[in-house]
Amino acid sequence: MTRTSSQFVLTARVLHWLMALMIVSMLFIGVGLVTSVSERHAWLLAIHKPLGIAIFVLAVVRLIVRLRNPPPPLPADLPAIQKLAAYASHYLLYALMLTIPLVGWAMLSAGGYPVMLSHSLRLPPIFPVNATAFAVLRHAHAWLAALLLLTFLAHMGAALYHGLIRRDGVLSSMIGTRHELE
Amino acid sequence: MHAPSPLSRSSIFLRFAFIALALLIIVLAFGYVGGWLTPHRLTAQRLVDQLQANAGVFAGYRRNHAKGVCVMGYFDSNGQAQPYSLAQVFAPGRTQVVGRFAIPGGNPYAPDSSAPIRSLALRFTQANGQQWRTGMNSMPVFPVGTPQAFFELLQAQQPDHPTGKPDPAKLGAFFAAHPETAAFLAWVKTAKPSASYATESYWSLNAFEFVDANGERHAVRWRMVPEASDASTAGGNNPNYLDADLTQRLAQSPQRWHLIVTLANPGDPTNDATKAWPSDRRDIDAGTLVLTSTEPQESGECRDINYDPTVLPHGIAISDDPLLPARSAAYAASYLRRTSEEAHLPGTAATTKPEAK
Repeated sequence: MTRTSSQFVLTARVLHWLMALMIVSMLFIGVGLVTSVSERHAWLLAIHKPLGIAIFVLAVVRLIVRLRNPPPPLPADLPAIQKLAAYASHYLLYALMLTIPLVGWAMLSAGGYPVMLSHSLRLPPIFPVNATAFAVLRHAHAWLAALLLLTFLAHMGAALYHGLIRRDGVLSSMIGTRHELE
Repeated sequence: MHAPSPLSRSSIFLRFAFIALALLIIVLAFGYVGGWLTPHRLTAQRLVDQLQANAGVFAGYRRNHAKGVCVMGYFDSNGQAQPYSLAQVFAPGRTQVVGRFAIPGGNPYAPDSSAPIRSLALRFTQANGQQWRTGMNSMPVFPVGTPQAFFELLQAQQPDHPTGKPDPAKLGAFFAAHPETAAFLAWVKTAKPSASYATESYWSLNAFEFVDANGERHAVRWRMVPEASDASTAGGNNPNYLDADLTQRLAQSPQRWHLIVTLANPGDPTNDATKAWPSDRRDIDAGTLVLTSTEPQESGECRDINYDPTVLPHGIAISDDPLLPARSAAYAASYLRRTSEEAHLPGTAATTKPEAK
């Protein structure tokens, strides 16, 4: 069977759905741990850091997979403005997946916290201890996460629009149910 | 690819409605988790807001225990706690410490005699880079056992208009409704504001778990017991006598405390900081805290440390005490506010007077 460009390669699809689950969970974990005063705070915090690093590592892997396996083209009849929105939002999603974990890591470093991924595994600091930098990075972490939530909502809305209204094969190219073009 | 059959107008409408509904559900779920849809649910931000309502906002200062001083020194472990915890700090040897003495309340200019309680926060930095942070108070029990009860206590303590003092009726009603405060109230009745930080004992209040090399867990509490016991008298009209006393003592010699770790018996409550454990529980003298110098908190190293008691090294873990996650969350909220003020970020608070209700 020859490889078709009508859908994403299996690795890309698995990474997409796995990371979708991780990132959406992460957005809820993040907002939950900041507000919660219950025992949830402790375990959300314990999940948040290793999950964030896992998202960063997987985002790097995914970027490599994407560069080696160009995604299927968007439908030729898609209006230019929608194509532009698709490309821009995909770049933004990649940028945020890579940036937010690094900002979080730098923020903990600047706050003088040990960056503990588990009870015993500690990452080295990647930023000098500085309270002003902590405050800036901490706010950046939250605002970038809010931007990620909005971008995710746009992405999901667009995917459903392609799948339910346009029915042009864009959604099935990521689900894996799109058939051969020829 | 086959062109899909066209959709009817009502079908298109329904599909758009489905998409909008799916997005709306996610936004609402996010809003719920973030506390925006439940204004009466206790959050870390609302706890800190209440502290600010009680004491006012002093830009750049901690929202509680705002008045304090940095101390530097080290902890010399004698190895006696090592069978119970594999934390590096308990191996025989020395660990560097940056600490902070303070008095409770959100006003950094309160006189030292304003409360009979003193606090000691410590950050031990192990050679392996892991840290142990602890915030201790000079009393054996905490007035309340849950974050919600603490919040209600703060509400009852909010200065009333126009007296500027808490309403005794509200405080009375709070204590009547919270019999768990009895042990604290009995302690506070006899407590006097001490003239020195150096002569006080400091209790962890919350229970923790030590984890030994075999992975066995041991419920513990700890306290720092001073070597100095001379009860000097408070320094006359100086409202900052604690700093003066500490500076004078440290100029003469380092000040020492023994870290006493208490091991719980099976069944001792670990989730209730209002209950002391029976006095016959086994104590271990784990080593000596030696404080050698002091710095003002405005310029000292302790200023930018969040003494979150859930920052723990491998070998110490939090217990099921519900106050611990609340302390962690509220300290983080306070730390973000004061560091944002230090950074002069837009929208951060300027110093304000307490709001009378």
